[in-house]
Amino acid sequence: MLEISAKCIGCTKCVAVCPFGALSMSGKKAVVNMSACTLCGACVQVCPVEAISIKRDTASKDFSAYKGVWVFVELEDSEDLSAEGPVRKVSFELLSEGRKIADALKEELCAVVLAGKNRNYERELGEYGADKVYFCENPEFTVYNTDIYSAAVCALINKHKPSVVLFGATVKGRDLAPRIASALYVGLTADCTALSVRDGLLVQSRPAFGGNIMADILSPNSRPQMATVRPNVMKVSPAQSGRIAILVREDLKIDKNMRRVKVLRRKIDRGSGSMKIENANIIVSGGRGMKTKEKFKLIEELASVLGAAVGASRAAVDLGFKEKSHQVGQSGVTVSPRLYMAFGISGAVQHLVGMKNSDIVIAVNKDPNAMIFGAAKYAFVADAHQVLPKLSELLAKGLKRG
Amino acid sequence: MKIIVCIKQVPDTTEVKINPETGTLIRTGVPSILNPYDHFALESALDLKKKHPGFSVTVISMGPPQAKAVVQLALALGADEGVLLSDAAFAGSDTWATSYALSMAIKKIGKADIIMCGMQAIDGDTAQVGPGIAQQLGLPQVTFCEHMEIEGKTIIAERHIDGGSETVELRAPALFTMIMPKDHPQAYPSFTQIYSASKKKFHVWSAQDVEAQSHYLGLKGSPTQVSKIYPPKKETETQVFNLSAAAAAEKIVEIMKKEGFIK
Repeated sequence: MLEISAKCIGCTKCVAVCPFGALSMSGKKAVVNMSACTLCGACVQVCPVEAISIKRDTASKDFSAYKGVWVFVELEDSEDLSAEGPVRKVSFELLSEGRKIADALKEELCAVVLAGKNRNYERELGEYGADKVYFCENPEFTVYNTDIYSAAVCALINKHKPSVVLFGATVKGRDLAPRIASALYVGLTADCTALSVRDGLLVQSRPAFGGNIMADILSPNSRPQMATVRPNVMKVSPAQSGRIAILVREDLKIDKNMRRVKVLRRKIDRGSGSMKIENANIIVSGGRGMKTKEKFKLIEELASVLGAAVGASRAAVDLGFKEKSHQVGQSGVTVSPRLYMAFGISGAVQHLVGMKNSDIVIAVNKDPNAMIFGAAKYAFVADAHQVLPKLSELLAKGLKRG
Repeated sequence: MKIIVCIKQVPDTTEVKINPETGTLIRTGVPSILNPYDHFALESALDLKKKHPGFSVTVISMGPPQAKAVVQLALALGADEGVLLSDAAFAGSDTWATSYALSMAIKKIGKADIIMCGMQAIDGDTAQVGPGIAQQLGLPQVTFCEHMEIEGKTIIAERHIDGGSETVELRAPALFTMIMPKDHPQAYPSFTQIYSASKKKFHVWSAQDVEAQSHYLGLKGSPTQVSKIYPPKKETETQVFNLSAAAAAEKIVEIMKKEGFIK
């Protein structure tokens, strides 16, 4: 329920900000039409006198039995369906971040590994902070399968009752985590970019509303608190050589018939042809402001002069200027080049979260209020269409001479 | 085969701007659109229907009454039947409660062989509702799917994985979440299509109609809660230049030299 109290001073700020037209003025007070209201909370945020509130059910339960911060460890996929790849970097990121959460909660950090064979995971994961490794060994785990993994992780959670479970917001993590959360009826926050602890609860921060705002999400009434965490955002702590986790072998019965989706073949892309933006030193990126696919070629020209990779905002991808694989941001790729050059990109947060770890950002935009300028070290209020050809020309000349 | 496509009406988030003084969203005049990923899922379903005579496509959307617009759009584009799941009891539902409500509605529609969702909606970017529905209905799932071929009850699907792709085989019934392949062309219905849509079956269902239990719905039924919304914080000192295009280009070259990117 959205409630508007007598404190309302009739300033109409909430009416303007409501995305669903659910608020209107009646006399000198704001009123809500609950059939249109989605309880998004935009009005609560702008009300200057705290007259608007959302009434929530606050059933408190006893969660004292739930202890431990878990990280679901992901292994690289391989074209050979009988082989298991090494631990993915995102898992080390999660362990490093999970260590801080576990310390703040004064709980253990545990890694969960499902694999066909143990490869000294207690050493490898221990060095990155894991106190314990829950290890399930079964050939059925070699090729990832939603049903089998979900059943196994649910069983482990029900047995050991962790307070927090973290997954990488990777294809696998995003396939698996919602399945588990749905089965256990627990909260799951997608694609977090920051985690912290407040009053014993996991505060899960993520960009929301297309990335234009940040939201802190809590799951106060269910355990474990689960989150998927964006890869390439959390820093990996240095490995502590010689630190070994306790290996806890878990014997789970896996029914082969659970595998309802069978992988016939797998193809791993190898870096050929156009440069991958994930690993590029310099990225030249264009947005909606490039206006047309033709004009977007100016971005590609500059990139080719510099030997840089081409990036694109979601708007540019949606408008068909560039392929999806070049999309930087929340629903695309997270990048951290030494130089990020943004042309005609407004800088929605969903884009900013994908490039803010760049060492240096140069942004060119006609709009002096463009959000991208906030993330840029060098901001140029200028028309990208005019700057780009001049810049390519200057650099081409300079590089030829040099 | 009976295909059900889950669709969502979303604000065009690419049109959203921030008020630099208050840090709040400026949402006035932001148009509502059919979530682009759902649009692709719908087109994939309609392609299957074209290829396999006898297939039917039902679309379902959960949202406020105005979300009727996307269901009607889907009917105009070729879906056979439309359902709008709309009830004040759904307001404030997180991905768990939304998956629950949609799964109850899908049960009521009945006998679905294939359920298709967009991989994610552009306003929430969670990608959690599809797998949530699959779990609630006990179905196998293929997430990040790009394409599928159907023969009898057997489905061969291509899906995206990190760093590559996979070909998988499964049997219906199953749920698919569709990614958007490159250069996806937007389709707009013709006047005749819009007219024919008005004659198709369209239902509005409440929580009670789909026998959804109220304690699993809305804010009350949602395990996650938004505790705070705030503008993203600024981390970089910015130097601003108001220069002509030519002068800006020269300045950029100078900066790139200074920062050591070029000689």
